[in-house]
Amino acid sequence: MFGQANVLAAGQAGFPPTVEDFYLPSILPWGVENSYWFTKITAMVWIAVGVLIIFFLASYRNPQLVPTKKQWFAESIYGFVRNNIAVDMIGRAGVRFAPYFTTLFCFVLLTNAFAIIPFFQISPNSHIAFPAILAIISYLLFNYIGIKQHGFVKYFRNSLIPPAPWYILPLLIPIELFSTFIVRPFSLAVRLFANMFAGHMLLLVFTLGGFAMLSANAWLAPVSVLSWVMTIALTFLEFLVICLQAYVFTVLTASYVQGALAEEH
Amino acid sequence: MYFLAAEGGESTHNPIIPLWQEIVVGSVAFAVLCFVLMKFVFPRMEQTFQARVDAIEGGIKRAEAAQAEANQLLEQYRAQLAEARTDAAKIRDDARADAEGIRQDVLAKAREESDRIIAAGKDQLAAERATIVRELRTEVGTIAVDLASKIVGESLADEARRKGTVDRFLSGLESTGAR
Repeated sequence: MFGQANVLAAGQAGFPPTVEDFYLPSILPWGVENSYWFTKITAMVWIAVGVLIIFFLASYRNPQLVPTKKQWFAESIYGFVRNNIAVDMIGRAGVRFAPYFTTLFCFVLLTNAFAIIPFFQISPNSHIAFPAILAIISYLLFNYIGIKQHGFVKYFRNSLIPPAPWYILPLLIPIELFSTFIVRPFSLAVRLFANMFAGHMLLLVFTLGGFAMLSANAWLAPVSVLSWVMTIALTFLEFLVICLQAYVFTVLTASYVQGALAEEH
Repeated sequence: MYFLAAEGGESTHNPIIPLWQEIVVGSVAFAVLCFVLMKFVFPRMEQTFQARVDAIEGGIKRAEAAQAEANQLLEQYRAQLAEARTDAAKIRDDARADAEGIRQDVLAKAREESDRIIAAGKDQLAAERATIVRELRTEVGTIAVDLASKIVGESLADEARRKGTVDRFLSGLESTGAR
């Protein structure tokens, strides 16, 4: 907030916010535009990875049958994804995917959460590169699982040919091909990216809008305050979106794996 | 805390086109995360869950085994107790029967003994009476003869007469006594 105020005072940020507000100058080398190796975004990704690794290793260094509080917390995260996503969607066979789903869920949840954590305040997932990577992994995963389970030909026959009368198949097969093998990775990536992008944009609009109105006319101060109250309200909404999107991404991946494993279409 | 890109910057970004640098960084970072968590953390959690299940199921199994053993022991004790009761009853019955037998024996022996004693007493009495009678008979005879001699003043030394006289007297005495 104060940082933004300073930026505003210096006349560096304008209103309305633009796409360029998502592309921050590089940290190393300092302040360089269009250098993307070490930016705030990539730093946050590494921080998320580091925090998750340290948290899980520390809380599971010495597992007990009767868990400590920390161990219990780590276990309940895993147990939630294992039982409520992997086993619920796939069945008993889903247990072997639970480690990946949990990693995915934790990574998406934490990187999303950066959107509302003070001083981070932007999610790496508002850059499509990261959701795209995760979506590609999910895409490769479910296709690999399906081919391994059924063999190449049977897998594609299962996936492409729905149990329908023959005369409707010429219509259904292209739709199936399009929806299963082309749209899925895009929809996964774009859903997460767009949610985080839009969330950040909304917060920017209301925060910067407050400053813009205040600097335009002192009489608009009450409206500025209202705008900032809206920012707080939207932060709660953003919290909901953060959790929901992490959950949705994981559930959809599980659902795709389940579809690939299923015997029939 | 962060610097917003300057308005009207040098380059324009398309948010839907991923930056290849970020793809590289993201892939490496996520791969590291996957490697560590999927290799060192979650399999151990599965193991712990399994160990927990085993511990609980093992506990239940142990409890069931202990219960079964306890039931078996109880049955055994009950059987033993019933056996012991039967034995005790049998022993009591035997003892009662023995006691009765012994009592009968003792009674019989006592009766026999008393009969024998009575019989012996009777015999002895009879024998003594016979002896006394015999002695008395001799003595009384002698006394009577002596007395008679003194009275009669003559000797009744004649054996045959004396014997006949005395016997006659005694027979008369006996028949008088019997009357």
